[in-house]
Parts: sequence; C-alpha cells; structure tokens
Amino acid sequence: MSLLVEINDIYIDGRSDETWSPIIKGISLELKKGEVLGLIGESGAGKSTLGLAAMGFTRDGVRISGGSVKFDGIDLLSASAAQKRSLLGKRIAYVAQSAAASFNPAHKLIDQHTEGPVQHGVMSKAESAEDGIELYRRLRLPNPEEIGFRYPHQVSGGQLQRAMTAMAMACRPDLIIFDEPTTALDVTTQIEVLASIRDIVEQFDTAAIYITHDLAVVAQMADKIKVLLKGDEVEEADTRTMLSAPKEDYTKSLWAVRAFERPQKPAVHTSATPVVSVQNVSAAYGKVRVLHDVSFDIHEGRTVAVVGESGSGKSTTARCITGLLPPTEGVIQFDGQSLPANYKKRNKDQLRQAQMIYQMADTALNPRTKIGDIIGRPVQFYMGLTGKAKRRRVEELLEEIELPASQYIDRLPSELSGGQKQRIGIARALAAEPKFIICDEVTSALDQLVAEGILKLLARLQDSLKLSYMFITHDLATVKAIADEVVVMKEGKVVEQGPKHDMFVPPHHPYTDLLLSSVPEMDPDWLTNLLNERGVDNIGDAAVDKMS
Amino acid sequence: MSTIVTLILLLVAIAGGGWVLRFAGQQATGNAPVFRDMPFAVAFGYVLGAALLLFSIWYFFQPTVTDAGVPNAGVVFFRWAVQFFLMSALAAYLFRLLGRNLGTAGSKKLFRQMPLTASFGVLIILIYAITAIFAAWLAPFGQEEIFARVNVLPGGNEATGGDPMHPLGTDQIGRDLLSRLIYGAQNTVGIAFVTTCLAFFLGGTLGFLAATLQGWLDQVLSRAVDVLMAIPSLIFALLLMTIASAWAGSERWLLTVYMIVIIAVIDSTRVFRLARAVGLNIVVMDYIEAAKLRGEGLGYLIFKEILPNATAPLLAEFGLRFCFVFLTIASLSFLGVGIQPPLADWGTMVRDSSQFINFAAFSPLTAALPLLAAGAIALLTVGVNFVVDWMLHKSSGLKE
Repeated sequence: MSLLVEINDIYIDGRSDETWSPIIKGISLELKKGEVLGLIGESGAGKSTLGLAAMGFTRDGVRISGGSVKFDGIDLLSASAAQKRSLLGKRIAYVAQSAAASFNPAHKLIDQHTEGPVQHGVMSKAESAEDGIELYRRLRLPNPEEIGFRYPHQVSGGQLQRAMTAMAMACRPDLIIFDEPTTALDVTTQIEVLASIRDIVEQFDTAAIYITHDLAVVAQMADKIKVLLKGDEVEEADTRTMLSAPKEDYTKSLWAVRAFERPQKPAVHTSATPVVSVQNVSAAYGKVRVLHDVSFDIHEGRTVAVVGESGSGKSTTARCITGLLPPTEGVIQFDGQSLPANYKKRNKDQLRQAQMIYQMADTALNPRTKIGDIIGRPVQFYMGLTGKAKRRRVEELLEEIELPASQYIDRLPSELSGGQKQRIGIARALAAEPKFIICDEVTSALDQLVAEGILKLLARLQDSLKLSYMFITHDLATVKAIADEVVVMKEGKVVEQGPKHDMFVPPHHPYTDLLLSSVPEMDPDWLTNLLNERGVDNIGDAAVDKMS
Repeated sequence: MSTIVTLILLLVAIAGGGWVLRFAGQQATGNAPVFRDMPFAVAFGYVLGAALLLFSIWYFFQPTVTDAGVPNAGVVFFRWAVQFFLMSALAAYLFRLLGRNLGTAGSKKLFRQMPLTASFGVLIILIYAITAIFAAWLAPFGQEEIFARVNVLPGGNEATGGDPMHPLGTDQIGRDLLSRLIYGAQNTVGIAFVTTCLAFFLGGTLGFLAATLQGWLDQVLSRAVDVLMAIPSLIFALLLMTIASAWAGSERWLLTVYMIVIIAVIDSTRVFRLARAVGLNIVVMDYIEAAKLRGEGLGYLIFKEILPNATAPLLAEFGLRFCFVFLTIASLSFLGVGIQPPLADWGTMVRDSSQFINFAAFSPLTAALPLLAAGAIALLTVGVNFVVDWMLHKSSGLKE
C-alpha cells in the first residue's frame, strides 16, 4: 500500500507580539490509505495545528517554516491555490470540534451537505441529496429522509456532529481530519458518534487523523497513536502496543491519571446534622418544571457527586442551593437552619458559608481585575481586612493553591493558563472561609493531567479545612476519583443515590447502568464488545427510549 | 460623451495592465506563490493604485495659473491638501519620536507601540486642548474686537488682498479670524466635550442600571428612550431650544447651559442603548454571578465589574458621539439658537463665510475662508477617531 499522507520533519511557528515562536518542532507523520491515526496531547501540544497542516492549511498568524507535506504524492505546501481548492473538501475533509459553531444556522442541513459535491462537480444536487440521505442512514441518524430538511438548531448536538461527519463524507474523501469531534458531547451521545464514525470510516476505507485528548476514545478509534507534548513527538506506536507498553515517562503519566482515587470516607452517623440538606426541592423556569422533588444531604468533610447528562438538572439544583433560582417547593437547610429561598434575602454570613467554583474559569474571573484583587475582594468584603493584612491573607491563599504569590498577585487572568485560572477560582472561594463549596464541572474544561492536579488540591483542602463539596460532573472517572456519595439525576429527578462503592457495583438503576457502561475504557475492544452486548441498533437514543 | 469613452478605455487599459503585471510577475519570479495565487482583482487593484499615484504626481506639478492668467483652483487646492497631508505625517512622526525619547518609561513604551495615525490624533487633541485652555493668551485680539478692514483675505500678503496684522483675514464685520478661530476652540470644543461627558454619564449609568436590574425599570427606561428616539433629534433639539430661549430671557449664558443639557439628554439615548446592550452581555458572565452571590451592592457591580469590561465599546462610541454633538451644536448655532454671538463658534463661522466657496474658480484664497473653520472641525473629528481606534485596538487585543 502506498503512503497517502507524508509529513516530513515539519516546523510550524505561531506569532505573538511581533515575534515567531515554534508550535511544532520537527514532527514527521505517515499515513496509509484506510489507516486511522490518533493524535493525543494536552491543549497547546499542537495537535490541531498538526492536523490542519496535514491539509496544507494554517490558521491566521501561523506559518509553516520548514519541512514538507505530501498528500498522495502532491506537495501541498507548494501547490497552487487552485490545486489545493480541488483537493480540499473533495479528497481531504475536516470535522471540527463544535458542529454547532461550524454549521451555518441560516441554511438547512441538506443544502449545506450538497454544497461540496456540487462545487467540486462530483454529483448533481439531486444525486448528492439522495446520497446524503443514504449517509444519514448509515450514520444511524433518526428519520434520515427528513432530518436533512431541518435547520442546525433543530437537531441535537450529537446528531449535528454526525451530520457533519456525513458532510465530510459527501465527496468520499481519502482523508478526514477529526478535531475532537466528541469532546463537547455527553458520554451516552459520544458512543453513538464514535460507533458511527468508526463504521463509516471502515466502510469507505477512508484514512483519518483523529485528534483528541481522551485516551480511552482514541483507543477505540485509532490503528496507531502518536503522543505530542509541546510541539514535540513523544512516541508513536500501534494502539495495542501503546496501551500495553508505553515507553516514555510522559505517556505513562498520561496513562496513570485515570488511576487517581481518593479513599472513600466512612459513612456519617445518621443522627449528625448535615451541612447542606436539600429537601423535596422542585423548581421551574417560567412554566417549565425542571426539578422534581430532589432530596439529598451533604455532610461535613464529605463530597457528594451529582451526575447526569446535560439537561438533567444538575446545575439547576446548584442554582436552587445558592438561591439564584428560588425553588417552587421544598427547602434548603444549612446546618439545620432553613435558608431564605432567594439569595437577596440571605445575610452576609449565609452567603459566605456557601461558595461556588465554576466550569469555565475564563468567564468566572473578571478579565480586567488583577489576581490580587479578585482574591482580595472576598477577604475585604467578608473579613474586613484591608491594606497589609489583606495582602498577607491573599498571599497565604495563593500559597494554599500552590501558586507563588510574588509572581501571580499582580497578573491579569489572561496571563494565566487554564489550570491556574481554575486555581484562582478555588482561592476566591476559599477566601470567604466557607464550610461548603459547589464545584460545577470544575475539571471538564481542563486537560487530564491538569484536572488531576485540581482534584488532588481539592481533596487536600477538604482534609485540612473540613470542607464539604457538592461536585457536579458528567465524568464518571472524576466521580470515582473524589466522591464519597453519588447522586444520579435524569430529567430533573434523582434516579439513584448512595455511597460511591455501592454505585459502582451492580445492580443499578437502568439509567445508571447506561451511564456507567458508556464511559470509554482503555481497552481497544471495549466499543466493539459494548456494541455487541447492546446490539448494534440499540445504542444511545434507542437504549434511553427503551428504558424510560 | 467623450469623457465616458475615455474612462472606459482607461479601465480596459488598467485591466489589461493587471493581467500583464500578474503574468510578468509569474515569469520573472519563476511562479512565486505571491504572483501565482494572485486573484485578478488584486492585480487590477495594484495597477489602478499605481495609475492613480502617477496621475497625482503629474497633477501636483501642473502650473497653478493657466496661460490666460486665471488661477487653476483644482491644482491649488490639491497642492494644499498634499502639502498639508505630508506635513501632518511628518509632524506625527516627529511627535512620536519625541515621545519615544522623553518622559517616563511607561509613556515611552506607549509611544513605541503607537501607530502613526494615533500619534497624529494625540498631537491634534493636544494642540486643540492647549489652544482651548490658553485661548485668551494665544489669540492676538479679542473675539469681539472689530476692525475697520472687512473681508480681508487670508495669507497676510498685501499684494493678494491680505493684511499682515490679520494673517487669516477678517470677516464681514471686521473681526480677526485667527482670534475667532482660537476662541472657537474654547467655545465649541469645550461645550461639545462637556455635553458628551454629560450624555455618557446619564446614558451610561442608566443603561448599566437597566442591564443589571432588568425587570420593570429596564422596561420603563427603554420605552422612554424609544419615545425620545422616535422624534427627529435636530427638530426636537430646536423645539426645546426655542422654549429654553424664552426661559433664559436676557441671560445669554443660561441659554448655553440649557443647550448643553438638552443635547446631552437627547444624545444620552444612544449611549443608553449601547451601554444596556453591552451591559446585558456582561451581566450573564459567571464573575457577575459570583459577585452577586457574594452579596455585593449595585454600585460595586456597575463600577467594578461591568464598567471596566465595557470601556472599549464605550470609548469608540465616545469618539463618534463627540463628533455628532459637535455638529449638532454647529447646526443649532447655524439656526441661531446655539452658541450666541458675539461668542466665536466654528459652526457659525462656516455659515457666515459659506458664500465665499463660490469664488473658488477665481480666487482660491477667498474660497479658503469657510474652509478654515470647517477644516478645524474636520481635523479634530479625524484626530479623535484615530485615537479612539487605537485605544479600541489596544484594549480589545485585536490583531491587524
């Protein structure tokens, strides 16, 4: 078999403040026809840049400064614009991370689908539309005949991602580049997309570059894996070898992240007063009821993980506890005392005792405020410290979250990395000296190694400060790592709750079962086995329908 | 008819030139990507630009007086414009050079990153500010002083109808134009600045309040603003000014105060809309939620959390709004209800001398009279917008 893609010792630079700094430092890559290569690494490792370079394309402010890119013998770097135009979309296709942001909201799916084949003169519009329906069927989209006539906002995220894969397939390309196609999806939806992508790539013998930071996902998809770190190649091997015997230390550390697990603390005595007690809470946005009779307790020094898909009411429960959304029924108790339903009616001390850490550190920190002021504000507001005493306290807090105070106190949030920003969010919550912290998907936007660091920090703080956490997440690995008790939610109801160890041992509620079994495992045969177990037609949507 | 044919022929020639340029470039450089991937439209643009540049140079060196002894007004004005443009660029360059070598480390850094347009804008604003503040010392005569010689032409040359005592000439009733121009900076710019600040204070505060509190307050304020905006602003201002002039009676200074308030209120509706829209985008951020849950008051939310993140769009609006206010004041003065004579005002000055533009063909110097005040307005507008563009660019972190 001949080589389809051949990238030879490529160097790519990115521009920042008028100077060029390297993003990719001399990586080579080879891909045969029909082969799937997994590219993994943390954010900033240069995976996407390398993926785009395989198309001979760079983003604005990025340039290829050395090496060569050959696609089927054609040198993409010296190819003319016209020549590239005839390749891109027709023989090389790209599937972006966020399908919702990549579709034009003003056009129907099928019209966007047919655009490529018509432009490239592969098929007529009618032929292409017919072919699109066939592809939708193969990707197991519901109502393949009709779904194309919907607008992007009328279908769900997972369906949109599959429609985009169908669009990439429209010209039957030789190479597809998948850039984190399932990162933004729930575990149960992710499975459908993974299974359908894998099938269609196999059916048409398409080569693919699959970019992701999730090892378990790449294990299902790829024939061989290449690990990147800060623009350098760490190692490359075929999937099974890589999983069973990684050579480099960095790869081993990536593999080991999933093993972090804090021992479960003993159950609290039943008569103890819980720190936070959610009692029969129901809530509604306008007339739409989103929470139905939710009850659970959180005890001192314990972590309760609330799990569920997006839209299951996890974050709404948090909004009820903080008082942003007053519940229609039920009460929130704090240390045995009922809290006023609306946060505006709570006094300063009640507000201080319950703090929150947000998912997106980017939007949770005011971009125009220095770190010292972000953390200093609650110190001043609640503790009444000013001047030197306030600064000393801020420095203490920065030490607590393992950031050297002298370096960070005068920086702006934009000068910090994602993990550091999340640590600042934690410090801001700690500054109020609370008893209870709500962590809303705090690690889901972070790389695995960074996320592990945050989880360890949170666990250490819990032990030294006797904090209680409500941990909202959709990632069951995180639950395994940090939770003492688990609450599983679906459609605004609690379907199952109990200590962590009981939750990971059958028997389960069918929904918990679906969630648990949908979490990808490092075993490369996991997806195949799972699909066989469930029956191919019985994945995702179908399984949910059957169950409810 | 023949001009149209010439024009078409010219365009065809330029189009052909574009093709030749691209082809020649491809041959000469051995198909370098620049020429190989150049769209035809871009090649056309290059040739068109080159043609215009050549024409400008040729036109610049045409004689200023035709063989018949009649001045060639087009060439004269073109030369003035080019000379002024080049001098401005030079002044801006020197000013930036000065800033890079003088002052504190912070200001030096600021000047190092500054584009030429921004340094030109800063220079213009600085000159205007100094002129406005020290008008009484800078002006050779008082703004109300009347001299015997009326309609003296600018230039200060006796041979061309000027007077060395009045370098920019005098107006119809014999007031020194240089002095009036300098006092005009004080009156027009000062009043426009105060008015714009007031409009931003009003509109900004109410807009952020509406965005933060929402609910009925937002409804009431927004609908009130809709009502105000539904009335054509100049006519509305004129109407209110007429009423105000009855209230003010003989107290002329009071009328100016009324004018400031009226224009500020009318313009604050536009600021309100912007501030509310920007504010609404900011209040949904998690850091606002965090501040609310901390128990922060309204003042902290607006001034510490929202305002710092809204400065970029507000600054851009400030530049534009300042120019509009400026023009509104000039329009009102033109209609006789704005800045009252004998106070000097650029808007009134343009109106008073606007007739002279008709003499352009015979005496470019005479036609330059209305251009003085109009040019002063235009220059400030350009300068302010250059600076605002630069600040916007800096604060938004946009790359070119």
